[in-house]
Amino acid sequence: MKPYAIEMKNVCFSYNGDLVLKEVNLTLEQGEFLGIIGPNGGGKTTLLKLMLGVLRPDRGTIRLLGEEPHDAGHRVGYVPQNMDFNRNFPISVMDVTLMGRLKRSRIGKGYTLEDKDKVQEILKKVGMWKYRQRPIGQLSGGQRQRVFIARALVTDPELLFLDEPTASVDHEFETDLYDFLKALNKTVTIVVITHDIGVVSSHMKSIACVNKQLIFHKGGQITQKMIDMAYPCPVDLIAHGLPHRVLHSHKGV
Amino acid sequence: MLAALQFDFMQNALLSGILVSVACGIVGTLVVVNRIVFISGGIAHAAYGGIGLAFYLGVPPSFGAAFFSVFSSMVMGVVSLKNKERADTIIGVIWAIGMAIGIILIDLTPGYNVDLMSYLFGSILSVPDRDIWFMLFLDILIFLLVWFFYKELLAMSYDEEFSFTVGIPIKFLYFTLLGMIALSVVMIIQVVGLIMVIALLTIPPFIAEKYTLSLAKMMILSSLLGILFTTTGLWLSYTYNLTSGATIIMVAGCVFFISFGMDFFKGYLRRDI
Repeated sequence: MKPYAIEMKNVCFSYNGDLVLKEVNLTLEQGEFLGIIGPNGGGKTTLLKLMLGVLRPDRGTIRLLGEEPHDAGHRVGYVPQNMDFNRNFPISVMDVTLMGRLKRSRIGKGYTLEDKDKVQEILKKVGMWKYRQRPIGQLSGGQRQRVFIARALVTDPELLFLDEPTASVDHEFETDLYDFLKALNKTVTIVVITHDIGVVSSHMKSIACVNKQLIFHKGGQITQKMIDMAYPCPVDLIAHGLPHRVLHSHKGV
Repeated sequence: MLAALQFDFMQNALLSGILVSVACGIVGTLVVVNRIVFISGGIAHAAYGGIGLAFYLGVPPSFGAAFFSVFSSMVMGVVSLKNKERADTIIGVIWAIGMAIGIILIDLTPGYNVDLMSYLFGSILSVPDRDIWFMLFLDILIFLLVWFFYKELLAMSYDEEFSFTVGIPIKFLYFTLLGMIALSVVMIIQVVGLIMVIALLTIPPFIAEKYTLSLAKMMILSSLLGILFTTTGLWLSYTYNLTSGATIIMVAGCVFFISFGMDFFKGYLRRDI
């Protein structure tokens, strides 16, 4: 059997003495499309950083594709939250994307023709090849997000993480992005963190809700239990955007 | 100026200005894009402890400063990684302690009193041949390190977290960068003094960043700007009998404000349309 894409067992993490994540268990099969929702400060980003190996858990184990998070690095793609702060940094779209091809073992060696071909292929795929010489700071939010996705894809990852990919981008991009991810999901396991529960149900195969603890629901529906845990005040189960979509009714709603 | 070049000390001044500018252009670019100006200031001032130590032990001050500032930069690096939230406070403390150690060690050194001013404000007119060679060696070392790790330094500077996830040894690179800053600082102290180290390290890259599209080009333009500033400053200080270090910084400062003003003016025009 193929190893799980993600396997977390009894993971606890605290920051400055405050418990951020408590007894998190999650097993995700390969080929899944997981949406992680939850309130701000609920531990979504911490959970992602633990999975990427940027943070280490206080207790519990994490395996990605059967490996330690840091060892799985080259099999995992990561699209960080849209960064708006580094606008003046003198770097072109091409150079940002090439970064995705870096590895520890390649220090001191230049980029190869193979690297450049791969970058060309992926930049064309996300529609950014014609902007390759542009400084990244001059692009719009959606264009920059495409570049970060390209950077994550140039190593042909088996597992792709995206942190709030639709923050500060226009609605049109949002639709394009999820269509793109849906096509990509045929070969790649995808995990998306989002605060926007509107986009969740229509695209994702399963949902996890994080607010210190984690509730996992296979089958792409937001349960009342998740809503109760994540959002202490009553929430209308209505999706954003036009036309308004009312989310599937579910037992207990 | 040309007539002045027949003097050995003037040749050395010009040469050291050029050598220092190259190091400043390369390392200063990394300092600016990584936003580690404060820690660089800390390293520069703590280097004073090394100068004091060198006099106390009777070894050449540039070697003493080099050793001490590399050491203090590593300590600051550890602190800034271990205790991120109070890193600036602790760096500020090491900054002050380094200077205090330097002053006390010079007090304890028997014999003549060292001219403190020459280390605070630079002494580009009295750079010995030995230090020229030392600077050339450091320039080559810095160039080779940056050339070898260029892709990784670029990735770390642009997006540290992503670089970590693809397996780049971030900590190793960070400490290498701090070490390079420490070595550059030792050179810069000779030229403009430790009070003005930050200016020579940051003004050229700040200007260059606006006119370049890659880190490598930013390094080259910064180095050229540095050479322009040190050479012009040296010429002005010779012609009008001014303190050379301060004159060099004033030249850099003027260009900084001109470039800043041009940006403001451009933005203003664009808004009117």
